[in-house]
Amino acid sequence: MSLLAVENLSLEFRTRSGIVRALENVSLELPEGGSLGLVGESGSGKSVLSFAILGIQDAAARITAGRIRFAGQDLLANEGRAMKALRGRELAMIFQNPRVALNPIRQVGQQIEDVLRRHTDLRGKTLRARAIECLAEVRIPDPERRYAAYPFELSGGMCQRVMIAIALACRPRLLIADEPTTGLDVTTQAAIMRLIRDLGHEKGMATLLITHDLGLAREFCDKLAVMHAGHIVETGPTEAVFRTPAHPYAAQLTRATPVGQDRLENLAAIPGNLPDLRRTDLPACRFAERCERRADDCAIPLPRYEVGAGHTAFCHHPTRLEAA
Amino acid sequence: MTKATPTLTLSPWPKRWATLRYVVAENPLSLAAFLLFALLVLLALVGPWLAPFDALASNVGAPLSPPSGAHWFGTDALGRDILSRVMVAARLDLGIAVAAVGLSCVLGGLGGACAGYFGGWTERIVGRISDTIMAFPLFVLAMGIVAALGNTVANIVLATAIINLPFYIRVARAESAVLRNAGFVEAARLAGNSEARLLFHHIIPNILPPMTVQISLNMGWAILNAAGLSFIGLGVRPPAAEWGIMVAEGAQYIVSGEWWIALFPGAVLMLAVFCFNLLGDSLRDLVDPRRRT
Amino acid sequence: MLATILKRLLGAIPNLIGVIVVTFLLTRALPGDPAAFFAGPAGTAEAVEEIRVKLGLNKSLPEQFLLYVRDLSRGDWGNSLATGQSVLTELTTRLPASLELTLCGLVLAVVIAIPLGILAATRPGSWIDHLCRGIATAGVSLPTFFTGLLLAYIFYFLLGWAPSPLGRLDPYLSSPPTVTGFYLIDSLLVGDLDVFVGAAKQLILPAVTLALFVLAPLARMTRAAMLGVLSADFIRTARAAGLAPTTVLFTYAFRNALLPVMTTLGMVFSFLLGSNVLVEKVFAWPGIGSFAIEALVASDYAPVQGFVLTMALLYVFLNLAIDIAYGLVDPRMRIDQ
Repeated sequence: MSLLAVENLSLEFRTRSGIVRALENVSLELPEGGSLGLVGESGSGKSVLSFAILGIQDAAARITAGRIRFAGQDLLANEGRAMKALRGRELAMIFQNPRVALNPIRQVGQQIEDVLRRHTDLRGKTLRARAIECLAEVRIPDPERRYAAYPFELSGGMCQRVMIAIALACRPRLLIADEPTTGLDVTTQAAIMRLIRDLGHEKGMATLLITHDLGLAREFCDKLAVMHAGHIVETGPTEAVFRTPAHPYAAQLTRATPVGQDRLENLAAIPGNLPDLRRTDLPACRFAERCERRADDCAIPLPRYEVGAGHTAFCHHPTRLEAA
Repeated sequence: MTKATPTLTLSPWPKRWATLRYVVAENPLSLAAFLLFALLVLLALVGPWLAPFDALASNVGAPLSPPSGAHWFGTDALGRDILSRVMVAARLDLGIAVAAVGLSCVLGGLGGACAGYFGGWTERIVGRISDTIMAFPLFVLAMGIVAALGNTVANIVLATAIINLPFYIRVARAESAVLRNAGFVEAARLAGNSEARLLFHHIIPNILPPMTVQISLNMGWAILNAAGLSFIGLGVRPPAAEWGIMVAEGAQYIVSGEWWIALFPGAVLMLAVFCFNLLGDSLRDLVDPRRRT
Repeated sequence: MLATILKRLLGAIPNLIGVIVVTFLLTRALPGDPAAFFAGPAGTAEAVEEIRVKLGLNKSLPEQFLLYVRDLSRGDWGNSLATGQSVLTELTTRLPASLELTLCGLVLAVVIAIPLGILAATRPGSWIDHLCRGIATAGVSLPTFFTGLLLAYIFYFLLGWAPSPLGRLDPYLSSPPTVTGFYLIDSLLVGDLDVFVGAAKQLILPAVTLALFVLAPLARMTRAAMLGVLSADFIRTARAAGLAPTTVLFTYAFRNALLPVMTTLGMVFSFLLGSNVLVEKVFAWPGIGSFAIEALVASDYAPVQGFVLTMALLYVFLNLAIDIAYGLVDPRMRIDQ
């Protein structure tokens, strides 16, 4: 049984200028201890999905259909009360731009303690000891001294480690990492990603990595889910998606990603922009208007196309293996 | 000579009309404020001719008579018609505020623009002047200035202008410090324009929009300060009609129940200030929608 | 920490100097001949000359300034023509009345404005949000002297709930022995509840008048700051970590929102001290504002200048206190790290 299962989730934002159908019929699965990369360009709904899983979506957001199951429990039951009990303890999340994602006027040790105090019975000296231990676990040198540091006194990489420490303080079974390396320099990026992977292995923790960087996802995730304009267009084992992408968007995205010695001029940019999700006349396939394989049937509900074992695409005109 | 390219401060007109409509639809009070503003301006221009009675004439009605058909706002202790006095006072009150705000806008704008544009010593001196003014509770400083320079309407204008200076200096300095390095200013500089020409033809025209917003935000406050000064007996002398002094004249009667003497001028003063504050907010939304709060 | 405070103290010195220079210039800017002014209309030519020498007006301006500073530091702030008393004595005996009123007004405003701003920010678009915006615009439009009169009319004349709006205490109650000069505190110190209640009753209307005026900027700023902070990334982190909503709102959001609110406190104090003068006049409150107004009307200048200087010094110190508090709340402002 999978640890996390999102089933046919739809979510919309009610704004002044209309209803934004930010997620439509989204499904994904993540097994215990597994790692799933959620990829797509900015604005495709990756972060919205992850916020919905944790129940921290914007007040204007409404989940209109679907279920989110975590270890068999329905997270949306009782107006999300089930989720509230698990958030921070069983499910945790880290964010991009770590320097602004921590409370600027609170010592980092105290911020870890806030989480521990909320979810455990630790108090006083043991609480502080555990907070320092958390800092040590994310390989922060001299954790006793760093305990009293403020975020502005730490580098971006250090702040991201602190955020990971906050997330992992209660040993969650699922970590959602939303662009964890954005805003960090390249060498720090690699170190942070290695830390997340190693800690995941050590603690048997599942990871949902949200990124627009396919190279990163390819390196760190067993499975991939490709998002476009609030739809999951293709999902499957990472290597399978890279080798035989069936959905034209996934195909273009994998082609657009630099791998190995690819030269810059070989990179394919994907033409067009994400469609305006407030439109009422969106075609069933939201990629249709940017797609080279567009045909009349793209306007009717999408069929599921099984590319291979556990590898699925949603398209009327997928790249068929036998044809390729 | 090349004309200064408008900077990011204002959007094109059609779009501004759309925003104006949006602002009015969003806050119907803006429309009411605009109508009230028109009425106030009308009163200031032709109030003395519209007033039913001579504002200074005593005993046009029985002293201390409550509002009636003949005297809508009642009469004061000297039997003067309060409605007429309130209408006539608009010119003096608005006049003081406009003069004060105009003066501090010109002085503060020039000072701030020079400070922001030249930096260095100019900036330090202007900044120190501004800081020193801000080191006082502003109304108290105005009291001190009027007390020292003499108890006249001109000095009320001057005092109100001085306490408003820092706001204009701040806006002008910030804007011109940004504009100093803007592309079109750089281009004009390379084209061989003198510093003074750059300042007057390229910097100052472009700080006018934010200055206008500042003016409209300040007007209400300026009226309030001027009225406050005359309430405590500074500047305007009896029997002149002015809202602040009329409230002061009515103050002693309020505890014995003759409410109309203070209420009407006070309410009109409040409405005027409210109207300018609303307009100021709307104008700011129009020019800089990001700063809406 | 100490270094931070020291740095702030040093930072206040230019303002202090500025204030003293300006008040000095104001004393020398008197219309006509200041010596003739101080001699009064009955002053003979010799008396004027005597005063001119006494005031040092025959010396150069910088010398006069030094003399002025020397006199100030010796506590010689001149004498009131009306009472013949030293201005400094007059001011110090009246200052507690003004401070008591100002502080009560401020506390009242803070107690209402901050929860209002927080509620408005957490429920954008709700009735309380609209109320907050309405108050923010209407509040700054209120002429304090007019709202004071209106309140007195309603609560004293019409409803009879409030005592006659004259002074700090009913004439038939005797003021408590002076310890702090604050009637509310002094009456409690000697355990005189009647006087405490009496003083509180007199205080309510003027304090509410003041509060109504400064409520607006405070509520507006609290709302804006909370809105800004609540959409900050670190609030999302805190929510994702499952922290209790109250922890998120107060420990995380409010403490951060306090910083921009504190920076506007300076402006709020400026409003407060200024409108204090008007409120004192309306309610015949025996503070330094009323004292200055009486002196102004009588063209008695030394008390007015003493008053301006006192208010300015008070304001400089209040700003300094805000500055230091800011440095303590915001670790980024500490320099000794």
